[in-house]
Amino acid sequence: MNKWWEKMQAYLEPRFQLSAIRDFAQKKKVPEHKHSFWYFFGGICLFLFVIQILTGVLLLLYYTPSVDAAHESVQFIMSQVKFGWLIRSVHSWTANILVGVLFIHMFSAFFLKAYRPPRELTWITGFLLLVLFLAFGFSGYLLPWNELSFFATRVGTDIAGVIPLVGKAIKTFILGGPEVSGATLTRFFWLHVAVLPAFALLIMGIHIILVQSLGMSKPIGIGETKEIFFFPDFILKDSVGWLLILAVVGAVCVFLPWEAGPKADPFASTPLGIKPEWYFTFMFTTLKLVPAHIFTIEGEVLAVLGFMLGGLLLMLVPFLDRRAAHEKRSPVFSAIGLAVVLYIIIMTALTYLAPNIGK
Amino acid sequence: MPLKLPLREAKRRSNLVLLSFVFLSMPLSLSAQKNSCVECHLQLENSLRAPAEGFAADVHKQFGLGCPDCHGGNPAQDDVELAKDRSFKGSPERSKIPEFCGTCHSNSEYMRRFNPNLRVDQLALYWTSRHGQLLKKGDTNGAVCTDCHGVHGIQPANFPKSQVFPWNIPQTCGRCHSSADTMKAYGIPVQQVDDYKQSVHAQALFEKKDLSAPVCNDCHGNHGAAPPEVTSIAFVCRQCHPSAGDLFSKSPHKEAFDALGISECEACHSNHRISSPSDDLLPGGKQDVCIQCHDAGTEPHQTGLKIKQQIDGFVASSEAAKALLAGAERKGVEVSEAQFKLQDATTALVLARNLTHGLSLPEIEADLRDGSKILAEVKSRGEAALREAKFRRSGLVIATIFILLLAVALFLKIRDLKSSPKHRG
Repeated sequence: MNKWWEKMQAYLEPRFQLSAIRDFAQKKKVPEHKHSFWYFFGGICLFLFVIQILTGVLLLLYYTPSVDAAHESVQFIMSQVKFGWLIRSVHSWTANILVGVLFIHMFSAFFLKAYRPPRELTWITGFLLLVLFLAFGFSGYLLPWNELSFFATRVGTDIAGVIPLVGKAIKTFILGGPEVSGATLTRFFWLHVAVLPAFALLIMGIHIILVQSLGMSKPIGIGETKEIFFFPDFILKDSVGWLLILAVVGAVCVFLPWEAGPKADPFASTPLGIKPEWYFTFMFTTLKLVPAHIFTIEGEVLAVLGFMLGGLLLMLVPFLDRRAAHEKRSPVFSAIGLAVVLYIIIMTALTYLAPNIGK
Repeated sequence: MPLKLPLREAKRRSNLVLLSFVFLSMPLSLSAQKNSCVECHLQLENSLRAPAEGFAADVHKQFGLGCPDCHGGNPAQDDVELAKDRSFKGSPERSKIPEFCGTCHSNSEYMRRFNPNLRVDQLALYWTSRHGQLLKKGDTNGAVCTDCHGVHGIQPANFPKSQVFPWNIPQTCGRCHSSADTMKAYGIPVQQVDDYKQSVHAQALFEKKDLSAPVCNDCHGNHGAAPPEVTSIAFVCRQCHPSAGDLFSKSPHKEAFDALGISECEACHSNHRISSPSDDLLPGGKQDVCIQCHDAGTEPHQTGLKIKQQIDGFVASSEAAKALLAGAERKGVEVSEAQFKLQDATTALVLARNLTHGLSLPEIEADLRDGSKILAEVKSRGEAALREAKFRRSGLVIATIFILLLAVALFLKIRDLKSSPKHRG
């Protein structure tokens, strides 16, 4: 056994330089302090992404991306395929949990000011990953071609159409025509299983390389701290979190399997109370509440532009927060971040607790 | 000299503009013809003002007709005497209204100009109606055209605000037929409209907004309105319920009903207050209608009892299967296919209920047997779905125990690592 192992190592070593990777892994350390808990959310995101890929690949075995067969194929997966219900439910639930954990990961990095030099690109790649995963969620939601997803996509793309100058062109490009149709389903499928995964893997690769090479950021004001080995100490701790998440996902999938819902009928009138996926609802409710006109500009247009500007500023925060860049506390940025978090929470809660608001 | 030319040019241009204005405004002045009828009547009050006001929304106006087309006269004249010239007919006497309207509405050549699809037999039908016959006898209480269609402000029958639009018809007929004073002289009861409003047909019309649901004129006719004869009631109902009618015609009831002079459908389902049919109408039910003719314990009544028992048994099995699927669905198992299959069983039940009109127990039993096979399959699928739910829960418990054990093992390993010399180092 040992001889066989040694032989294999001797073959692989000159080809993959495994010793360099092993040395790096053996030496790599992670700071341990009172905020270390937040470091684990990055690992959980990665774990959930792996589950997404595995379950997504399995769903591709039976899913058919056409108006006539999409909903039927999802129903077939849920009722006829052995463990199909589990695969689909895990895919849908982990997708939602992943977006939630991504938000937690991003805001924890924000409040710990982990975007400080030299980790600006780590922050930017992370932000792009959040945008990509929101696009994953939006495109994946339509694929079962059910009533809710059909009309939610219509609402969502209407929002994109509000963007001045380019809105209509973007909406037509996304939909593959003027309305949600078979062309939209094909495009969303293409986006969901080909384009977005390619970009996500590329940017995630860069993000992980940056995290590994630059190491994990220590919050401002935390001086010399204890350090633990990345392998195996940190990974083992991360694994406990992964296992707990897995147990929760399993329970949720058994007790609340993701429904296929009634098939979409493009000629039916929009059902009452239609809304997008929960992670878009803060924008949706804002658009409902915004006045029709603000200083002669359409309220909706202003709100959409506001969200775009907000996103851009969030992405560029490493270059805006100059105090943090000089290792000084920046309470103004923390306060703005807190206000944004509260805004998102309140608007999301209002969507569900006061669905008729703004009507 | 240089100043004069522009002046001449300007004059020529102003003449051109004036000519163009006169030429262009000619059609306008022609179309805006004077209507002294409307002008005068708008200055009057109450019943004399109403025609001018109501006519603005009248269907006749929409087709380009005006006051003189019905009433004669010359609306171009300002003077009342001159306006009411020799052609002036004024408003017709009540007894002459049908002929008055019929002048145009019975003239196919004239009506074709406005609507080639509009029937022109209304007047002929009217004279055959009970209303028309009353009028012929000189009784002007009988309804005439204007009682149902209005006078000025008449709307086409397919306009929702029209008095003769389906959901307004019961009220239109009820204006006379619900009035005890009006109906007293004719010995006609007055509860029909109230009864109708409680019927399954009214429910379809007013609640489901189903415009195909029958209203008064669908059974009694409209221009030729008359109560259907006993023998013709079945034909009236058959317009919408042909299958039940055919089954009844083949049943032993047909001959017996005809011999006794009993109206077919009405005998069990009543007339205006037709309630939603239920199994309770069968023997042994709370509203047993068979008992009207067949005493309890007689052979026909016993057959009816058997039919009810068969249907009741099927309904109970169907409800049990439905509950089974609902239970499995609550537990998160996909059962839409089984639910779809259950619809076939419901179709079998509907068919069996319809077959009761034919009174053939073997036919009903055969249909319910087919339905029972479907129910058995649905039940089996429901039970399988419940077993699947149980399997999922058991699987979850085993998987969770395994995951938690693994997490505990990892936790112990982490603790072990913390106390290892390497970690301390």
